[in-house]
Amino acid sequence: MTNSMNEILETDVMFAIGTNTTEAHPVTGYRIKQAVRNGKKLIVADPRKIELVKYADLWLCHRPGTDIALLNGLAHVILRDGLWDEEFVNEHGEGFEEFKSAVEKYTPERAAEITGVDAELIEQAAHMYGSAEKATIIYAMGITQHTTGTNNVMAIANLSILTGNVGKRGTGVAPLRGQNNVQGACDMGCLPNYYASYQKVDDKEINNKFEQAWNVALPKEPGLTVTEMIDSVYRGKLKGMYIMGENPMLSDPDSNKVKKSLQALEFLVVQDIFLTETARFAEVVLPAVTSVEKEGTFTNTERRIQRVRQAIKTESEAKPDWQIIIDLANKMNYSWEYPGGPEQVMEEIAKLSPLYGGISYSRLEKGGIQWPCPTRNHPGTMYLHADGFTRDKGKFHSVEYLPPAEEPDEEYPLMLSTGRMLYHFHTGTMSRRSQMEELRSEELMMMHPADARENSIKDEDRVQVESRRGKVSTKVQVTDHVPMGVVFMTFHYRETPTNNLTIAAVDPICKIPELKVCAVRVNKAGA
Amino acid sequence: MVDKVKVNINGNDYFVPENYTILKAAEENGIDIPTLCYEEGLPITGACRMCVVEVRGARKLMAACATQVSDGMEVLTESERVVEARREILRLLIANHDLRCLTCERNGDCRLQDYCYRYKVEDTPYKGEVKDFKIITDNPFFIRDYSKCIKCGKCVSICAEVNGAHVYEFINRGFDTKVTSAFDDPLPETTCTFCGMCINVCPVAALVEKSTLWKGRPWEVKKVTTTCSYCGVGCQLKLKVKDNTIIGVAADKSGSNLGHLCSKGQFGWDYVHSKDRLTHPLIKREGEFVRVTWEEALNYIAGRFKDILSQWGGRALAGLSSAKCTNEENYLFQKFMRVVLQTNNIDHCARL
Repeated sequence: MTNSMNEILETDVMFAIGTNTTEAHPVTGYRIKQAVRNGKKLIVADPRKIELVKYADLWLCHRPGTDIALLNGLAHVILRDGLWDEEFVNEHGEGFEEFKSAVEKYTPERAAEITGVDAELIEQAAHMYGSAEKATIIYAMGITQHTTGTNNVMAIANLSILTGNVGKRGTGVAPLRGQNNVQGACDMGCLPNYYASYQKVDDKEINNKFEQAWNVALPKEPGLTVTEMIDSVYRGKLKGMYIMGENPMLSDPDSNKVKKSLQALEFLVVQDIFLTETARFAEVVLPAVTSVEKEGTFTNTERRIQRVRQAIKTESEAKPDWQIIIDLANKMNYSWEYPGGPEQVMEEIAKLSPLYGGISYSRLEKGGIQWPCPTRNHPGTMYLHADGFTRDKGKFHSVEYLPPAEEPDEEYPLMLSTGRMLYHFHTGTMSRRSQMEELRSEELMMMHPADARENSIKDEDRVQVESRRGKVSTKVQVTDHVPMGVVFMTFHYRETPTNNLTIAAVDPICKIPELKVCAVRVNKAGA
Repeated sequence: MVDKVKVNINGNDYFVPENYTILKAAEENGIDIPTLCYEEGLPITGACRMCVVEVRGARKLMAACATQVSDGMEVLTESERVVEARREILRLLIANHDLRCLTCERNGDCRLQDYCYRYKVEDTPYKGEVKDFKIITDNPFFIRDYSKCIKCGKCVSICAEVNGAHVYEFINRGFDTKVTSAFDDPLPETTCTFCGMCINVCPVAALVEKSTLWKGRPWEVKKVTTTCSYCGVGCQLKLKVKDNTIIGVAADKSGSNLGHLCSKGQFGWDYVHSKDRLTHPLIKREGEFVRVTWEEALNYIAGRFKDILSQWGGRALAGLSSAKCTNEENYLFQKFMRVVLQTNNIDHCARL
């Protein structure tokens, strides 16, 4: 997030697109609802009638995968009606002319045709967002999990630069992070192209710095992303994998392909707290402890580094992941010594990772600190870009609407979108082994009443859902919370592994899979 | 900048922002004024009157939570008049309260008990009919014992104002007043999302997590502040620990969540004690997992990685790190992949 979570309470207009915040990030959802109760305006763009729709001044119910047409349509109206921040754009906005001509053709009428949202509503939303003194755009995987994911994000950034809603308190763009430490895993360099703090692996100087710090020659070429790894195993190029705390068998698209890849590996090590669906394919399984049995830090969605503290002692042979990694490095003839444990690892991170330069456990005792925090006496950063942009100018990126990789057709007439629900989390490894299971122990695919009627399906019927890649069995919840022609499923249940159905088509730039759109058909079980 | 004003509390001068209430001014200067219905971040109702103070020049006692400071204001927080008013409120409250403190889960961690002790209220002259509500156990997570409820209204308020679920409401009047769901419906049939924030603001034992019942007295339970293990909001919370077992979760106000939690943070922690946990290393032999020692497992892995490295190089290896692991572990993992396995093939589920 460019800004902080509680700044949501200070903004005038919130524009939530592709985020079911009240279920996936409930406490951020509280803030949005609190802001509405305090009289702030809310625009929701989502194909589903999510809880936030109840709170919204405007609901733009756009077809899945048409975000760019909608966002460009909003930019078109904002430009046409002079609602943009000329001073801010002149000072910061590189590439403005090109952007302006790119959105010219996205008239409200054309945007309406692509998105299915009334042109009038698009105009109203543009005026609400465009004329706000302080506005925030909140988004999540509904924006990113598309083959146009990167461009969707660019289209959002364009809007915020165009209206000068960046670099100020109570504004900005808020991509909400789904997992407790997904921000931290990125910050730490668990990415194929970056070391910690987004330092490029193929930058000679940076590479040198790490070679010296770690006293070893390092690979210079960026590596493979998760979706590329799966492909690479498939093609016999990857022989061995080390998976720590991940469950791609349930979380990654096109599970049958993932399964074949994992089976094709010569050697797989999985380190986890449970014998996950992925761990079953491993040759060696290492038992790790949970976050309540170890010390460390997590970094949240607003870049706040916070302590994780050991509350109980492990009663089995399981060990903290950090300990296992060190032990394994030493078995491979290195001499890694961290007698101070995670606190000492953080000291090394602070030395090599500028964003975390001023972080230490003693400072975190009093509460979390938001990066960038370059030095020991830097207070941390509540919102980014206060002194301009990371690059000299806030660049506009002209982006065009492109349809999803797979759209419904005669054979597979329904569009499947996937996500989470309130009572469970990700692949259910944790939440389904907790009391939460009592609230919802099985998948309920959401289906519009008209589609249900057409297929003679009643509420709670069991159905087979089939795509070109696989099929699963699920119960149905008949509800108008999904639009006609769209069904929605979570990926929490191993009994209904929804990712058997999804498509491994990825965004060409960031390789995120299109988990939000694929084509399926539904048959009543036994019919 | 908000201007500061001079306030005299119990004979001492303090300079505080002019938009402060007396309660906040006192709190920031280490003066404890008792409260029952006040909760930071929730609308001020001034309903319980526990926080009344004497303000020079005012005829009535003023609720400290609801009265803004003004320049030159003189406040007495524990004058005889104030203390007698608080005693009277407490006498009225305990007249209709289940006083079986011996086995109460909040014994030792109860505002009502603390204030009765502080103001030496041992009994009440207002004996009469006493409510005897049945304990409600209608949901998997917590009980509702309205014989203990003091009607502070904080559960009603946090549910409506923070969660937005509007589950609770006051029903009936006078002696029969009760806080409950609409039509007294079981919670699973209401809009309740089981965030448990009502339990955490309850000053007495009207709302109690089932997981803590009969598990230990409040003073035996260790509270450890940590970060929630679920989504990216990074809520701060306190794990309640007794005998090396987590028995519940208490609110912690040090983070951006301001003490607010959702159902997963409040109730989703018991996977930690699941029987399914992996307890020792395993190696697959002839298709079956066999228990091995750490020494065997690590030697075996090191050997296999070395073989692949020497035959194919780092390009043939890849690692998936975890958005559930700590920063320190993620750092060490990428260092391991890059240094030891000589590859940049590292990723995690940021895209999923």
